[in-house]
Amino acid sequence: MEGALLFQLLLNGLIVGALYGVVAMSFVLIYKASQVVNFAQGEFLLVGAWVCWWLLTEWQLPFWAGFLVTLAFMTLFGIILQVVVLRPLIGEPVISVIMATIGLGIFFQALMKWIFGVFAKPFPPVFSAERVSVLGLEVQTAYLLSLGISLAIMAGFGWFFRYSRHGLAMRATAFDQQVAQSLGISVPRVFAMSWAISAVVSAVAGVTVGMVNGVSSALSVYGIKVFPAVILGGLDSILGAVLGGLIVGVLENLAQYVDGQWLNWGNMYQVAPFYALLLILMVKPYGLFGTKNIERI
Amino acid sequence: MLDTAQHPASAAASAAAPPLLEVANIEVVYNDVILVLRGLSLAVPQGGIVALLGANGAGKSTTLKAISGLLKTEEGEVTRGEVRFAGERIDGIDPHDIVRRGIFQVMEGRRIVADMTCLENLRLGAFTRRDNEIRRDIEMVYSFFPRLKERTGLAGYLSGGEQQMLAIGRALMARPKLILMDEPSMGLSPLLVKEVFGIIRRINSELGVTILLVEQNARMALSVAQYGYVMEQGKVVLDGTAEALAANEDVKEFYLGGHGAERKSFRNLKSYKRRKRWL
Repeated sequence: MEGALLFQLLLNGLIVGALYGVVAMSFVLIYKASQVVNFAQGEFLLVGAWVCWWLLTEWQLPFWAGFLVTLAFMTLFGIILQVVVLRPLIGEPVISVIMATIGLGIFFQALMKWIFGVFAKPFPPVFSAERVSVLGLEVQTAYLLSLGISLAIMAGFGWFFRYSRHGLAMRATAFDQQVAQSLGISVPRVFAMSWAISAVVSAVAGVTVGMVNGVSSALSVYGIKVFPAVILGGLDSILGAVLGGLIVGVLENLAQYVDGQWLNWGNMYQVAPFYALLLILMVKPYGLFGTKNIERI
Repeated sequence: MLDTAQHPASAAASAAAPPLLEVANIEVVYNDVILVLRGLSLAVPQGGIVALLGANGAGKSTTLKAISGLLKTEEGEVTRGEVRFAGERIDGIDPHDIVRRGIFQVMEGRRIVADMTCLENLRLGAFTRRDNEIRRDIEMVYSFFPRLKERTGLAGYLSGGEQQMLAIGRALMARPKLILMDEPSMGLSPLLVKEVFGIIRRINSELGVTILLVEQNARMALSVAQYGYVMEQGKVVLDGTAEALAANEDVKEFYLGGHGAERKSFRNLKSYKRRKRWL
Protein backbone atom coordinates (compact mmCIF):
# COMPACT_ATOMS: atom_id res chain seq x y z
CA MET A 1 0.00 0.00 0.00
CA GLU A 2 2.74 2.39 1.01
CA GLY A 3 4.72 1.53 -2.07
CA ALA A 4 1.73 2.12 -4.30
CA LEU A 5 1.16 5.51 -2.73
CA LEU A 6 4.77 6.47 -3.24
CA PHE A 7 4.57 5.37 -6.85
CA GLN A 8 1.40 7.34 -7.39
CA LEU A 9 3.06 10.42 -5.91
CA LEU A 10 6.07 9.93 -8.16
CA LEU A 11 3.85 9.68 -11.20
CA ASN A 12 1.91 12.78 -10.18
CA GLY A 13 5.22 14.51 -9.63
CA LEU A 14 6.44 13.64 -13.09
CA ILE A 15 3.21 14.77 -14.72
CA VAL A 16 3.10 18.10 -12.88
CA GLY A 17 6.86 18.37 -13.28
CA ALA A 18 6.56 18.01 -17.03
CA LEU A 19 4.17 20.95 -17.01
CA TYR A 20 6.59 22.96 -14.89
CA GLY A 21 9.24 21.99 -17.40
CA VAL A 22 7.16 23.31 -20.27
CA VAL A 23 6.49 26.63 -18.53
CA ALA A 24 10.15 26.85 -17.51
CA MET A 25 11.16 26.28 -21.14
CA SER A 26 9.00 29.15 -22.31
CA PHE A 27 10.47 31.33 -19.56
CA VAL A 28 14.02 30.42 -20.59
CA LEU A 29 13.15 31.04 -24.23
CA ILE A 30 12.36 34.70 -23.50
CA TYR A 31 15.35 35.07 -21.23
CA LYS A 32 17.75 33.55 -23.73
CA ALA A 33 16.53 35.47 -26.74
CA SER A 34 15.94 38.88 -25.20
CA GLN A 35 17.55 38.81 -21.72
CA VAL A 36 14.24 39.68 -20.10
CA VAL A 37 13.32 38.00 -16.81
CA ASN A 38 9.60 37.58 -17.31
CA PHE A 39 7.74 37.79 -14.03
CA ALA A 40 4.43 37.62 -15.92
CA GLN A 41 4.99 34.05 -17.16
CA GLY A 42 2.33 32.68 -14.80
CA GLU A 43 -0.17 35.20 -16.13
CA PHE A 44 0.40 33.82 -19.64
CA LEU A 45 -1.06 30.53 -18.36
CA LEU A 46 -3.89 32.40 -16.75
CA VAL A 47 -4.82 34.45 -19.82
CA GLY A 48 -4.59 31.42 -22.09
CA ALA A 49 -6.74 29.26 -19.82
CA TRP A 50 -9.40 31.96 -19.36
CA VAL A 51 -9.60 32.70 -23.09
CA CYS A 52 -10.01 29.01 -23.87
CA TRP A 53 -12.59 28.60 -21.08
CA TRP A 54 -14.51 31.60 -22.42
CA LEU A 55 -14.54 30.24 -25.97
CA LEU A 56 -15.73 26.82 -24.80
CA THR A 57 -18.46 27.99 -22.44
CA GLU A 58 -19.73 31.30 -23.85
CA TRP A 59 -19.28 30.45 -27.53
CA GLN A 60 -19.85 26.72 -27.16
CA LEU A 61 -17.00 25.95 -29.52
CA PRO A 62 -15.84 22.33 -29.70
CA PHE A 63 -12.65 21.79 -27.73
CA TRP A 64 -10.23 21.56 -30.65
CA ALA A 65 -11.60 24.74 -32.26
CA GLY A 66 -11.51 26.71 -29.02
CA PHE A 67 -8.00 25.44 -28.35
CA LEU A 68 -6.71 26.49 -31.78
CA VAL A 69 -8.32 29.94 -31.54
CA THR A 70 -6.71 30.32 -28.11
CA LEU A 71 -3.30 29.51 -29.56
CA ALA A 72 -3.80 32.04 -32.37
CA PHE A 73 -4.88 34.64 -29.84
CA MET A 74 -1.84 33.96 -27.65
CA THR A 75 0.49 34.36 -30.63
CA LEU A 76 -0.86 37.87 -31.18
CA PHE A 77 -0.86 38.50 -27.43
CA GLY A 78 2.84 37.67 -27.16
CA ILE A 79 3.81 39.75 -30.17
CA ILE A 80 1.78 42.79 -29.09
CA LEU A 81 3.16 42.60 -25.55
CA GLN A 82 6.69 42.53 -26.85
CA VAL A 83 6.21 45.31 -29.39
CA VAL A 84 4.18 47.66 -27.20
CA VAL A 85 5.68 47.12 -23.76
CA LEU A 86 9.10 45.53 -24.03
CA ARG A 87 10.51 46.96 -27.26
CA PRO A 88 10.65 50.55 -25.99
CA LEU A 89 12.58 49.22 -22.98
CA ILE A 90 15.44 47.75 -25.03
CA GLY A 91 18.66 49.20 -23.72
CA GLU A 92 17.08 50.31 -20.42
CA PRO A 93 18.44 49.03 -17.08
CA VAL A 94 17.53 45.44 -16.16
CA ILE A 95 15.61 46.63 -13.12
CA SER A 96 13.24 48.74 -15.26
CA VAL A 97 12.48 45.77 -17.46
CA ILE A 98 11.84 43.57 -14.42
CA MET A 99 9.51 46.18 -12.96
CA ALA A 100 7.65 46.30 -16.27
CA THR A 101 7.10 42.53 -16.32
CA ILE A 102 6.01 42.53 -12.66
CA GLY A 103 3.58 45.28 -13.58
CA LEU A 104 2.29 43.23 -16.50
CA GLY A 105 1.76 40.28 -14.18
CA ILE A 106 -0.27 42.33 -11.70
CA PHE A 107 -2.23 43.98 -14.50
CA PHE A 108 -3.32 40.73 -16.14
CA GLN A 109 -3.99 39.08 -12.79
CA ALA A 110 -6.40 41.90 -11.93
CA LEU A 111 -7.86 42.13 -15.43
CA MET A 112 -8.76 38.43 -15.42
CA LYS A 113 -10.39 38.73 -11.97
CA TRP A 114 -12.33 41.75 -13.16
CA ILE A 115 -13.63 40.01 -16.27
CA PHE A 116 -14.13 36.46 -15.04
CA GLY A 117 -14.55 36.84 -11.28
CA VAL A 118 -12.49 35.51 -8.41
CA PHE A 119 -13.88 31.98 -8.15
CA ALA A 120 -12.50 28.91 -9.86
CA LYS A 121 -14.64 27.80 -12.76
CA PRO A 122 -14.58 24.24 -14.07
CA PHE A 123 -13.75 23.50 -17.67
CA PRO A 124 -16.53 21.82 -19.62
CA PRO A 125 -15.70 18.10 -19.66
CA VAL A 126 -13.49 17.34 -22.63
CA PHE A 127 -13.12 13.60 -22.26
CA SER A 128 -15.80 10.99 -21.84
CA ALA A 129 -13.78 9.09 -19.26
CA GLU A 130 -12.68 11.15 -16.32
CA ARG A 131 -10.00 8.72 -15.21
CA VAL A 132 -8.13 5.86 -16.77
CA SER A 133 -6.10 3.16 -15.17
CA VAL A 134 -2.44 2.88 -16.10
CA LEU A 135 -0.45 -0.02 -14.67
CA GLY A 136 -2.99 -0.32 -11.89
CA LEU A 137 -2.81 3.37 -11.02
CA GLU A 138 -5.67 5.82 -11.33
CA VAL A 139 -4.69 8.73 -13.57
CA GLN A 140 -6.88 11.57 -14.74
CA THR A 141 -7.27 11.54 -18.51
CA ALA A 142 -6.39 15.23 -18.69
CA TYR A 143 -3.16 14.54 -16.83
CA LEU A 144 -2.26 11.83 -19.27
CA LEU A 145 -3.02 14.20 -22.11
CA SER A 146 -0.96 16.92 -20.47
CA LEU A 147 1.99 14.56 -20.19
CA GLY A 148 1.64 13.74 -23.87
CA ILE A 149 1.39 17.42 -24.81
CA SER A 150 4.36 18.32 -22.62
CA LEU A 151 6.53 15.68 -24.23
CA ALA A 152 5.39 16.78 -27.69
CA ILE A 153 6.25 20.42 -26.93
CA MET A 154 9.66 19.42 -25.62
CA ALA A 155 10.38 17.37 -28.72
CA GLY A 156 9.13 20.29 -30.81
CA PHE A 157 11.52 22.68 -29.08
CA GLY A 158 14.39 20.27 -29.63
CA TRP A 159 13.64 20.07 -33.34
CA PHE A 160 13.06 23.81 -33.65
CA PHE A 161 16.39 24.85 -32.17
CA ARG A 162 18.42 22.24 -33.97
CA TYR A 163 16.97 22.17 -37.45
CA SER A 164 14.74 25.13 -38.30
CA ARG A 165 16.27 28.33 -39.63
CA HIS A 166 14.33 30.49 -37.18
CA GLY A 167 15.48 28.31 -34.28
CA LEU A 168 19.09 28.74 -35.38
CA ALA A 169 18.47 32.48 -35.73
CA MET A 170 17.21 32.59 -32.14
CA ARG A 171 20.28 30.79 -30.87
CA ALA A 172 22.50 33.16 -32.83
CA THR A 173 20.66 36.15 -31.38
CA ALA A 174 21.08 34.73 -27.89
CA PHE A 175 24.79 34.28 -28.57
CA ASP A 176 25.52 37.75 -29.96
CA GLN A 177 23.01 40.23 -31.34
CA GLN A 178 25.50 42.02 -33.56
CA VAL A 179 26.60 38.76 -35.14
CA ALA A 180 22.95 37.85 -35.71
CA GLN A 181 22.35 41.13 -37.50
CA SER A 182 25.42 40.67 -39.64
CA LEU A 183 23.89 37.38 -40.82
CA GLY A 184 20.70 39.06 -42.00
CA ILE A 185 18.62 38.25 -38.92
CA SER A 186 16.21 40.91 -37.72
CA VAL A 187 16.73 40.99 -33.96
CA PRO A 188 13.45 42.79 -33.12
CA ARG A 189 11.59 40.10 -35.07
CA VAL A 190 13.40 37.36 -33.14
CA PHE A 191 12.38 39.04 -29.87
CA ALA A 192 8.75 39.21 -30.95
CA MET A 193 8.85 35.58 -32.09
CA SER A 194 10.29 34.40 -28.79
CA TRP A 195 7.49 36.15 -26.88
CA ALA A 196 4.85 34.70 -29.19
CA ILE A 197 6.15 31.14 -28.82
CA SER A 198 6.52 31.56 -25.09
CA ALA A 199 2.95 32.84 -24.72
CA VAL A 200 1.53 30.01 -26.84
CA VAL A 201 3.41 27.28 -25.00
CA SER A 202 2.45 28.70 -21.62
CA ALA A 203 -1.19 28.87 -22.69
CA VAL A 204 -1.11 25.18 -23.60
CA ALA A 205 0.11 24.44 -20.09
CA GLY A 206 -2.55 26.78 -18.67
CA VAL A 207 -5.35 25.02 -20.53
CA THR A 208 -4.22 21.57 -19.42
CA VAL A 209 -3.98 22.60 -15.78
CA GLY A 210 -7.35 24.35 -16.11
CA MET A 211 -8.94 21.16 -17.41
CA VAL A 212 -7.89 19.34 -14.25
CA ASN A 213 -8.25 21.94 -11.50
CA GLY A 214 -10.60 24.48 -13.03
CA VAL A 215 -9.55 27.96 -14.06
CA SER A 216 -8.70 30.50 -11.38
CA SER A 217 -5.97 32.95 -10.56
CA ALA A 218 -4.22 30.12 -8.71
CA LEU A 219 -2.87 29.19 -12.16
CA SER A 220 -0.34 31.98 -12.02
CA VAL A 221 1.43 30.14 -9.20
CA TYR A 222 3.12 28.25 -12.02
CA GLY A 223 4.90 31.49 -12.88
CA ILE A 224 6.50 31.43 -9.42
CA LYS A 225 7.23 27.70 -9.42
CA VAL A 226 9.19 28.29 -12.60
CA PHE A 227 11.96 30.00 -10.65
CA PRO A 228 13.20 26.98 -8.69
CA ALA A 229 12.98 24.98 -11.92
CA VAL A 230 15.01 27.35 -14.07
CA ILE A 231 17.53 28.20 -11.37
CA LEU A 232 18.04 24.49 -10.82
CA GLY A 233 18.59 23.88 -14.52
CA GLY A 234 20.47 27.09 -15.26
CA LEU A 235 18.78 30.25 -16.40
CA ASP A 236 19.77 29.90 -20.04
CA SER A 237 19.45 26.19 -20.72
CA ILE A 238 16.32 24.79 -22.34
CA LEU A 239 17.24 21.22 -21.43
CA GLY A 240 18.03 22.37 -17.90
CA ALA A 241 14.58 23.95 -17.66
CA VAL A 242 12.90 20.65 -18.55
CA LEU A 243 14.93 18.67 -16.04
CA GLY A 244 14.53 21.38 -13.42
CA GLY A 245 10.76 21.26 -13.89
CA LEU A 246 10.67 17.48 -13.52
CA ILE A 247 12.85 17.59 -10.42
CA VAL A 248 10.70 20.28 -8.81
CA GLY A 249 7.52 18.34 -9.59
CA VAL A 250 8.83 15.15 -8.02
CA LEU A 251 10.39 17.02 -5.12
CA GLU A 252 7.07 18.65 -4.25
CA ASN A 253 5.24 15.38 -4.10
CA LEU A 254 7.96 13.59 -2.17
CA ALA A 255 8.17 16.48 0.28
CA GLN A 256 4.44 16.23 0.83
CA TYR A 257 4.77 12.49 1.44
CA VAL A 258 7.60 12.90 3.92
CA ASP A 259 5.74 15.70 5.62
CA GLY A 260 2.49 13.73 5.87
CA GLN A 261 4.24 10.62 7.19
CA TRP A 262 6.68 11.99 9.72
CA LEU A 263 7.12 15.73 9.99
CA ASN A 264 3.60 17.12 10.07
CA TRP A 265 4.82 20.67 9.47
CA GLY A 266 2.18 21.21 6.84
CA ASN A 267 2.45 22.90 3.48
CA MET A 268 5.79 21.34 2.54
CA TYR A 269 4.30 20.87 -0.91
CA GLN A 270 4.46 24.61 -1.49
CA VAL A 271 7.72 25.36 0.22
CA ALA A 272 10.09 22.50 -0.57
CA PRO A 273 11.06 23.72 -4.07
CA PHE A 274 12.18 27.03 -2.63
CA TYR A 275 14.36 25.37 -0.01
CA ALA A 276 15.91 23.51 -2.91
CA LEU A 277 16.31 26.82 -4.76
CA LEU A 278 18.25 28.35 -1.86
CA LEU A 279 20.50 25.32 -1.57
CA ILE A 280 21.25 25.32 -5.29
CA LEU A 281 22.09 29.00 -5.34
CA MET A 282 24.60 28.37 -2.57
CA VAL A 283 26.25 25.39 -4.23
CA LYS A 284 25.90 25.91 -8.00
CA PRO A 285 24.97 29.52 -8.71
CA TYR A 286 24.80 28.93 -12.47
CA GLY A 287 22.55 25.91 -12.10
CA LEU A 288 23.20 22.42 -13.35
CA PHE A 289 23.34 23.38 -17.03
CA GLY A 290 24.08 27.11 -17.03
CA THR A 291 26.28 28.52 -19.78
CA LYS A 292 29.94 27.81 -19.65
CA ASN A 293 31.51 30.22 -22.09
CA ILE A 294 33.92 28.75 -24.57
CA GLU A 295 37.08 30.83 -24.54
CA ARG A 296 40.13 30.31 -26.66
CA ILE A 297 43.22 31.61 -24.98
CA MET B 1 47.49 61.79 -54.01
CA LEU B 2 48.02 59.61 -57.05
CA ASP B 3 45.83 60.51 -59.92
CA THR B 4 43.58 57.70 -61.09
CA ALA B 5 43.93 59.04 -64.62
CA GLN B 6 47.48 57.71 -64.60
CA HIS B 7 46.06 54.21 -64.54
CA PRO B 8 44.07 53.85 -67.72
CA ALA B 9 42.82 50.36 -66.90
CA SER B 10 40.84 51.38 -63.84
CA ALA B 11 39.78 54.67 -65.35
CA ALA B 12 38.37 52.87 -68.36
CA ALA B 13 36.57 50.36 -66.16
CA SER B 14 34.93 53.04 -64.05
CA ALA B 15 33.87 54.94 -67.12
CA ALA B 16 32.26 51.89 -68.72
CA ALA B 17 30.02 50.82 -65.83
CA PRO B 18 29.14 52.42 -62.51
CA PRO B 19 30.92 50.69 -59.62
CA LEU B 20 29.05 48.02 -57.64
CA LEU B 21 29.67 49.93 -54.46
CA GLU B 22 30.13 53.64 -54.25
CA VAL B 23 30.82 55.52 -51.04
CA ALA B 24 30.57 59.24 -51.60
CA ASN B 25 31.94 61.72 -49.13
CA ILE B 26 30.47 60.12 -46.00
CA GLU B 27 30.75 61.43 -42.50
CA VAL B 28 30.20 59.04 -39.58
CA VAL B 29 29.44 60.08 -36.04
CA TYR B 30 29.32 57.81 -32.99
CA ASN B 31 27.05 58.66 -30.05
CA ASP B 32 26.14 61.96 -31.73
CA VAL B 33 29.49 63.49 -30.84
CA ILE B 34 32.49 61.47 -31.98
CA LEU B 35 33.37 62.23 -35.57
CA VAL B 36 35.14 59.19 -37.03
CA LEU B 37 34.88 59.42 -40.81
CA ARG B 38 35.36 62.85 -42.30
CA GLY B 39 34.31 62.86 -45.91
CA LEU B 40 35.43 59.43 -47.04
CA SER B 41 34.93 58.31 -50.63
CA LEU B 42 35.74 55.06 -52.34
CA ALA B 43 34.47 52.84 -55.11
CA VAL B 44 34.53 49.08 -55.59
CA PRO B 45 34.06 47.85 -59.17
CA GLN B 46 31.98 44.77 -59.94
CA GLY B 47 34.10 41.63 -59.66
CA GLY B 48 37.13 43.37 -58.18
CA ILE B 49 39.16 43.07 -55.00
CA VAL B 50 39.82 46.42 -53.36
CA ALA B 51 42.08 46.83 -50.34
CA LEU B 52 41.55 49.41 -47.63
CA LEU B 53 44.73 50.08 -45.69
CA GLY B 54 45.61 52.31 -42.80
CA ALA B 55 46.93 52.49 -39.26
CA ASN B 56 44.98 51.53 -36.16
CA GLY B 57 42.11 53.90 -35.52
CA ALA B 58 42.10 55.31 -39.05
CA GLY B 59 38.46 54.29 -39.46
CA LYS B 60 38.76 51.21 -41.66
CA SER B 61 36.36 49.02 -39.65
CA THR B 62 33.98 51.95 -39.28
CA THR B 63 33.94 52.32 -43.06
CA LEU B 64 32.93 48.67 -43.46
CA LYS B 65 30.24 49.01 -40.79
CA ALA B 66 28.91 52.13 -42.46
CA ILE B 67 28.47 50.07 -45.62
CA SER B 68 26.97 46.97 -43.95
CA GLY B 69 24.75 49.05 -41.66
CA LEU B 70 26.21 47.45 -38.52
CA LEU B 71 27.09 50.96 -37.41
CA LYS B 72 23.54 51.12 -36.13
CA THR B 73 24.29 48.44 -33.55
CA GLU B 74 27.07 50.60 -32.12
CA GLU B 75 25.27 53.93 -31.83
CA GLY B 76 26.94 55.16 -35.01
CA GLU B 77 25.32 57.02 -37.86
CA VAL B 78 26.15 58.20 -41.37
CA THR B 79 25.42 61.91 -41.03
CA ARG B 80 26.49 63.11 -44.46
CA GLY B 81 27.20 61.73 -47.89
CA GLU B 82 25.78 58.55 -49.33
CA VAL B 83 26.48 54.87 -49.84
CA ARG B 84 25.23 53.35 -53.09
CA PHE B 85 25.11 49.65 -53.86
CA ALA B 86 24.13 48.54 -57.37
CA GLY B 87 22.83 52.04 -57.95
CA GLU B 88 20.59 52.19 -54.87
CA ARG B 89 21.17 54.18 -51.72
CA ILE B 90 21.73 51.91 -48.74
CA ASP B 91 22.89 54.23 -45.97
CA GLY B 92 20.43 54.30 -43.09
CA ILE B 93 18.95 50.89 -43.95
CA ASP B 94 18.82 48.17 -41.29
CA PRO B 95 21.73 45.72 -41.43
CA HIS B 96 19.54 42.64 -41.94
CA ASP B 97 18.05 44.31 -45.00
CA ILE B 98 21.47 45.08 -46.41
CA VAL B 99 22.43 41.40 -46.13
CA ARG B 100 19.38 40.56 -48.23
CA ARG B 101 20.56 43.02 -50.88
CA GLY B 102 23.81 41.10 -51.21
CA ILE B 103 26.40 42.68 -48.92
CA PHE B 104 27.89 40.44 -46.24
CA GLN B 105 30.42 41.57 -43.68
CA VAL B 106 32.89 39.10 -42.22
CA MET B 107 33.58 40.91 -38.99
CA GLU B 108 36.93 41.35 -37.32
CA GLY B 109 37.76 38.48 -34.99
CA ARG B 110 35.68 35.92 -36.98
CA ARG B 111 32.69 36.15 -34.64
CA ILE B 112 31.44 32.66 -35.34
CA VAL B 113 28.73 31.31 -33.05
CA ALA B 114 30.89 29.38 -30.59
CA ASP B 115 28.16 27.18 -29.12
CA MET B 116 27.00 25.84 -32.46
CA THR B 117 28.60 23.23 -34.67
CA CYS B 118 30.38 24.05 -37.91
CA LEU B 119 27.43 22.86 -39.94
CA GLU B 120 24.96 24.92 -37.91
CA ASN B 121 27.11 28.01 -38.45
CA LEU B 122 27.07 27.39 -42.17
CA ARG B 123 23.30 26.90 -42.23
CA LEU B 124 22.97 30.10 -40.26
CA GLY B 125 24.84 31.90 -43.02
CA ALA B 126 22.01 30.91 -45.37
CA PHE B 127 19.39 32.45 -43.07
CA THR B 128 18.23 34.94 -45.70
CA ARG B 129 17.71 32.21 -48.31
CA ARG B 130 14.70 29.99 -48.82
CA ASP B 131 15.77 28.06 -51.92
CA ASN B 132 16.60 24.38 -51.93
CA GLU B 133 20.21 24.69 -53.00
CA ILE B 134 21.50 25.27 -49.49
CA ARG B 135 22.68 21.68 -49.15
CA ARG B 136 24.60 21.99 -52.41
CA ASP B 137 26.23 25.21 -51.26
CA ILE B 138 27.36 23.57 -48.03
CA GLU B 139 29.21 21.02 -50.16
CA MET B 140 30.62 23.91 -52.20
CA VAL B 141 31.96 25.55 -49.02
CA TYR B 142 33.46 22.20 -47.96
CA SER B 143 35.22 22.02 -51.32
CA PHE B 144 36.89 25.35 -50.51
CA PHE B 145 37.65 24.31 -46.93
CA PRO B 146 37.92 20.51 -46.82
CA ARG B 147 39.05 20.48 -43.22
CA LEU B 148 35.79 22.02 -42.00
CA LYS B 149 33.96 18.90 -43.08
CA GLU B 150 35.88 16.81 -40.58
CA ARG B 151 35.03 19.10 -37.67
CA THR B 152 31.85 17.91 -36.00
CA GLY B 153 32.29 19.49 -32.57
CA LEU B 154 31.40 22.99 -31.41
CA ALA B 155 32.82 25.79 -33.53
CA GLY B 156 34.22 27.48 -30.41
CA TYR B 157 36.84 24.74 -30.14
CA LEU B 158 38.18 25.23 -33.68
CA SER B 159 41.63 26.71 -34.20
CA GLY B 160 41.89 30.37 -35.18
CA GLY B 161 42.54 29.52 -38.82
CA GLU B 162 39.61 27.14 -38.98
CA GLN B 163 37.37 29.75 -37.39
CA GLN B 164 38.42 32.26 -40.05
CA MET B 165 37.64 29.70 -42.74
CA LEU B 166 34.28 29.02 -41.14
CA ALA B 167 33.55 32.76 -41.03
CA ILE B 168 34.33 33.06 -44.75
CA GLY B 169 32.36 29.91 -45.53
CA ARG B 170 29.40 31.23 -43.57
CA ALA B 171 29.54 34.42 -45.64
CA LEU B 172 29.52 32.40 -48.88
CA MET B 173 26.37 30.60 -47.72
CA ALA B 174 24.46 33.87 -48.07
CA ARG B 175 25.48 34.04 -51.77
CA PRO B 176 26.54 37.66 -51.44
CA LYS B 177 27.51 39.92 -54.33
CA LEU B 178 29.96 41.80 -52.14
CA ILE B 179 31.91 40.57 -49.12
CA LEU B 180 33.38 43.11 -46.72
CA MET B 181 36.30 41.41 -45.04
CA ASP B 182 37.73 42.87 -41.87
CA GLU B 183 41.24 41.71 -40.96
CA PRO B 184 41.07 38.10 -42.15
CA SER B 185 44.74 37.60 -41.25
CA MET B 186 44.36 38.67 -37.62
CA GLY B 187 46.07 36.27 -35.25
CA LEU B 188 46.96 33.71 -37.92
CA SER B 189 50.34 32.13 -38.60
CA PRO B 190 52.08 33.27 -41.82
CA LEU B 191 51.29 29.94 -43.46
CA LEU B 192 47.59 30.23 -42.66
CA VAL B 193 47.56 33.85 -43.83
CA LYS B 194 48.81 32.62 -47.19
CA GLU B 195 46.16 29.93 -47.32
CA VAL B 196 43.34 32.32 -46.40
CA PHE B 197 44.43 34.85 -49.00
CA GLY B 198 44.66 32.14 -51.61
CA ILE B 199 41.05 31.30 -50.83
CA ILE B 200 40.01 34.95 -50.99
CA ARG B 201 41.48 35.10 -54.48
CA ARG B 202 39.65 31.90 -55.49
CA ILE B 203 36.33 33.15 -54.13
CA ASN B 204 36.76 36.24 -56.26
CA SER B 205 37.80 34.47 -59.45
CA GLU B 206 35.71 31.29 -59.25
CA LEU B 207 32.51 32.62 -57.68
CA GLY B 208 32.73 36.16 -59.01
CA VAL B 209 32.22 37.69 -55.56
CA THR B 210 33.42 41.27 -55.26
CA ILE B 211 35.57 41.89 -52.18
CA LEU B 212 36.42 44.94 -50.12
CA LEU B 213 39.31 43.99 -47.90
CA VAL B 214 40.46 45.76 -44.75
CA GLU B 215 43.86 44.53 -43.72
CA GLN B 216 46.85 45.32 -41.53
CA ASN B 217 48.99 43.01 -43.58
CA ALA B 218 49.38 45.48 -46.45
CA ARG B 219 51.77 43.34 -48.43
CA MET B 220 49.30 40.45 -48.56
CA ALA B 221 46.36 42.73 -49.25
CA LEU B 222 48.08 44.46 -52.16
CA SER B 223 49.11 41.10 -53.60
CA VAL B 224 45.48 40.02 -54.09
CA ALA B 225 43.83 43.41 -54.71
CA GLN B 226 43.67 45.29 -57.98
CA TYR B 227 43.13 48.64 -56.34
CA GLY B 228 43.80 50.11 -52.92
CA TYR B 229 42.98 53.02 -50.67
CA VAL B 230 45.06 54.28 -47.76
CA MET B 231 43.17 55.88 -44.89
CA GLU B 232 44.27 58.18 -42.16
CA GLN B 233 42.15 59.91 -39.55
CA GLY B 234 38.86 59.15 -41.24
CA LYS B 235 39.84 60.12 -44.76
CA VAL B 236 41.36 58.56 -47.84
CA VAL B 237 44.78 60.08 -48.22
CA LEU B 238 46.11 57.99 -51.06
CA ASP B 239 44.69 55.65 -53.64
CA GLY B 240 45.82 53.86 -56.75
CA THR B 241 46.26 50.47 -58.35
CA ALA B 242 47.80 47.83 -56.15
CA GLU B 243 51.07 47.95 -58.13
CA ALA B 244 51.28 51.72 -57.87
CA LEU B 245 50.66 51.62 -54.12
CA ALA B 246 53.16 48.84 -53.59
CA ALA B 247 55.74 50.95 -55.42
CA ASN B 248 54.89 54.15 -53.55
CA GLU B 249 57.73 55.24 -51.26
CA ASP B 250 55.48 56.31 -48.38
CA VAL B 251 53.42 53.14 -48.49
CA LYS B 252 56.62 51.14 -48.56
CA GLU B 253 57.97 52.90 -45.54
CA PHE B 254 54.87 52.89 -43.37
CA TYR B 255 52.88 49.82 -44.37
CA LEU B 256 55.21 47.42 -46.10
CA GLY B 257 58.13 47.95 -43.76
CA GLY B 258 60.57 48.37 -46.65
CA HIS B 259 63.71 50.03 -45.33
CA GLY B 260 65.80 52.46 -47.21
CA ALA B 261 69.57 52.27 -47.18
CA GLU B 262 69.74 54.61 -44.20
CA ARG B 263 68.22 52.05 -41.83
CA LYS B 264 70.55 49.13 -41.62
CA SER B 265 70.34 48.90 -37.86
CA PHE B 266 67.81 49.62 -35.18
CA ARG B 267 70.14 52.11 -33.56
CA ASN B 268 68.49 54.73 -35.64
CA LEU B 269 65.24 54.45 -33.72
CA LYS B 270 64.25 58.07 -34.04
CA SER B 271 63.77 57.87 -37.74
CA TYR B 272 61.90 54.62 -37.34
CA LYS B 273 59.40 56.36 -35.14
CA ARG B 274 59.00 59.27 -37.50
CA ARG B 275 55.44 59.46 -38.69
CA LYS B 276 54.26 60.60 -42.00
CA ARG B 277 51.16 62.74 -42.04
CA TRP B 278 49.35 63.52 -45.22
CA LEU B 279 46.93 65.77 -43.44
